[in-house]
Amino acid sequence: MERVGIIGVGQSAFVRGYPGSIRELAYEGFKEAMEDAKISNGDIDASIVCSAPEYDKQRSPAGVIAEYLGLTPQPTFYVESVCSSSSTGLKVAYSMIKAGLHDVVCVLGFQKMSEISSAESQERMGRGADIQWESPFGTMMPAYYAMYARAHMAEYGTTEEDLALIRLKAATYGQLNEKAVYRKPVTMEQIFDPERPPVATPLKVFDCCANADGSSCIIVASEEKAKAFCEKPVWIRGLGASSEPVNMAARDLFTGLNVAIEAGKQAYEMAGVGPEDIDVAEVHDCFTIAEMMAYENLGFAKPGEGKELIGAKETYKEGKIPVNVDGGLLSKGHPIGATGGSQIRTIVLQLRGEAGPMQVKDPEIGLVHNIGGVGLYGNVTILGRS
Amino acid sequence: MAKGKKKKEVDDRFKRFGTVSFTAISKVNDFVDYLAQGKVMGTKCKKCGTVHFPPVADCAECLSSDVEWFEVTGTGKLVSFSKLTYGPVGFEDDLPYAIAILDYGDYKVFGRIDKNIPDEELSIGIAMKTKPITLPNDQLSYVFTKA
Ligand SMILES: [Zn+2]
Repeated sequence: MERVGIIGVGQSAFVRGYPGSIRELAYEGFKEAMEDAKISNGDIDASIVCSAPEYDKQRSPAGVIAEYLGLTPQPTFYVESVCSSSSTGLKVAYSMIKAGLHDVVCVLGFQKMSEISSAESQERMGRGADIQWESPFGTMMPAYYAMYARAHMAEYGTTEEDLALIRLKAATYGQLNEKAVYRKPVTMEQIFDPERPPVATPLKVFDCCANADGSSCIIVASEEKAKAFCEKPVWIRGLGASSEPVNMAARDLFTGLNVAIEAGKQAYEMAGVGPEDIDVAEVHDCFTIAEMMAYENLGFAKPGEGKELIGAKETYKEGKIPVNVDGGLLSKGHPIGATGGSQIRTIVLQLRGEAGPMQVKDPEIGLVHNIGGVGLYGNVTILGRS
Repeated sequence: MAKGKKKKEVDDRFKRFGTVSFTAISKVNDFVDYLAQGKVMGTKCKKCGTVHFPPVADCAECLSSDVEWFEVTGTGKLVSFSKLTYGPVGFEDDLPYAIAILDYGDYKVFGRIDKNIPDEELSIGIAMKTKPITLPNDQLSYVFTKA
């Protein structure tokens, strides 16, 4: 079977208030990926631009971004699945290459969350859920994940301290990642500071990732082109994707994310591997509880035993299954459309042995878990050195 | 002479649902009238019997749009809840408030918990009821109260 490989990865620094326009922000991730791939614009046959449109003032951003990156007249279009947009973009790129339509496809994820005022942002946040049946109650993203946290705590005895351990791990590696927005150390005392009210009980400020501006870029190629262009292509081994009802009332699981379980199953099956074969993983830790559930939904721990995994530091760099050793969304920040690409970049660098101070020892197979909305969309991607 | 143009009637009753409504027009606008009458209603497909809350105008299971209303009655079990300290624009005056899910067995209901219930009386699994209310801004909604 013809394989599809990743030949270049890049991302901008994730920052608060990027001092430039969206096309300039997109350029930063693109430049790094192009220099990594050592190819020129003409080598790219198509581009896929990924972001969450509620933050964009520009209508149909794919056009202006393709223009700025010198990717016209090749086809370009926009892909959206909120926070999982760029891993959806990767799947589309894979499909186009497998179909034989194109040989080299650029997946560009970006988000300039500061493009709109924080009041506008707050207003849009309220519409992140089912606007007909949930938003009229005044819902916010953290409160939804908080309901999952409370259900997980009630079912398995998980505690706020267990969740705090995940933030401590994120901060440990965030300090090493020069592209992360939050690079300060974090202590238990800070996390449990009684002066800070919870954001949405039981989640506190440090349980939540921060908004950021950023871009990411992944260059995907057919096996033939990947071998021609790249010394160390990383191969796409498994792709899984799933969706779940937006409305909480239509769901039946509140201690985990069905989309992650389902997408994970598909990705493992396609790759012919299991959770025990994964050497390094990036999971969508928009909230600490999200990482806890990811451990369990991906099979790194049994349901309810995620707390033992983090408690024993098994998801640290030296552990059984290193997770988010780049600081995760909690430290890096979460520029919606750029996040999946940033996760993919991290795993590609890990598999190439180029992750610097965050490098895990000799990984063969890596996994990316990228979730859109509150478990609304789920993408699991498995990458391998061979 | 300009002829007196008759303004087309728009059935936008749905804009009365919730503290801030983001939807004005829906085929299930009657939901709002029922709320005004003190009833929280879901729908049941007459053809295949599938029960829906929130109500739907169309049944994707059997592609029938012949649905009937049923009232949410009795008690549901509290599935989970979270109290918000920060809210979106338009909800500032309501803060803090708790959102929650009740499980009625055949269906679940998403909504808010009655503010009069002290935090210490809330825990997953308790029985609660869904009660229609009129909000201070004359909007219509419902809250979960203790059974
Ligand atoms: Zn039906």
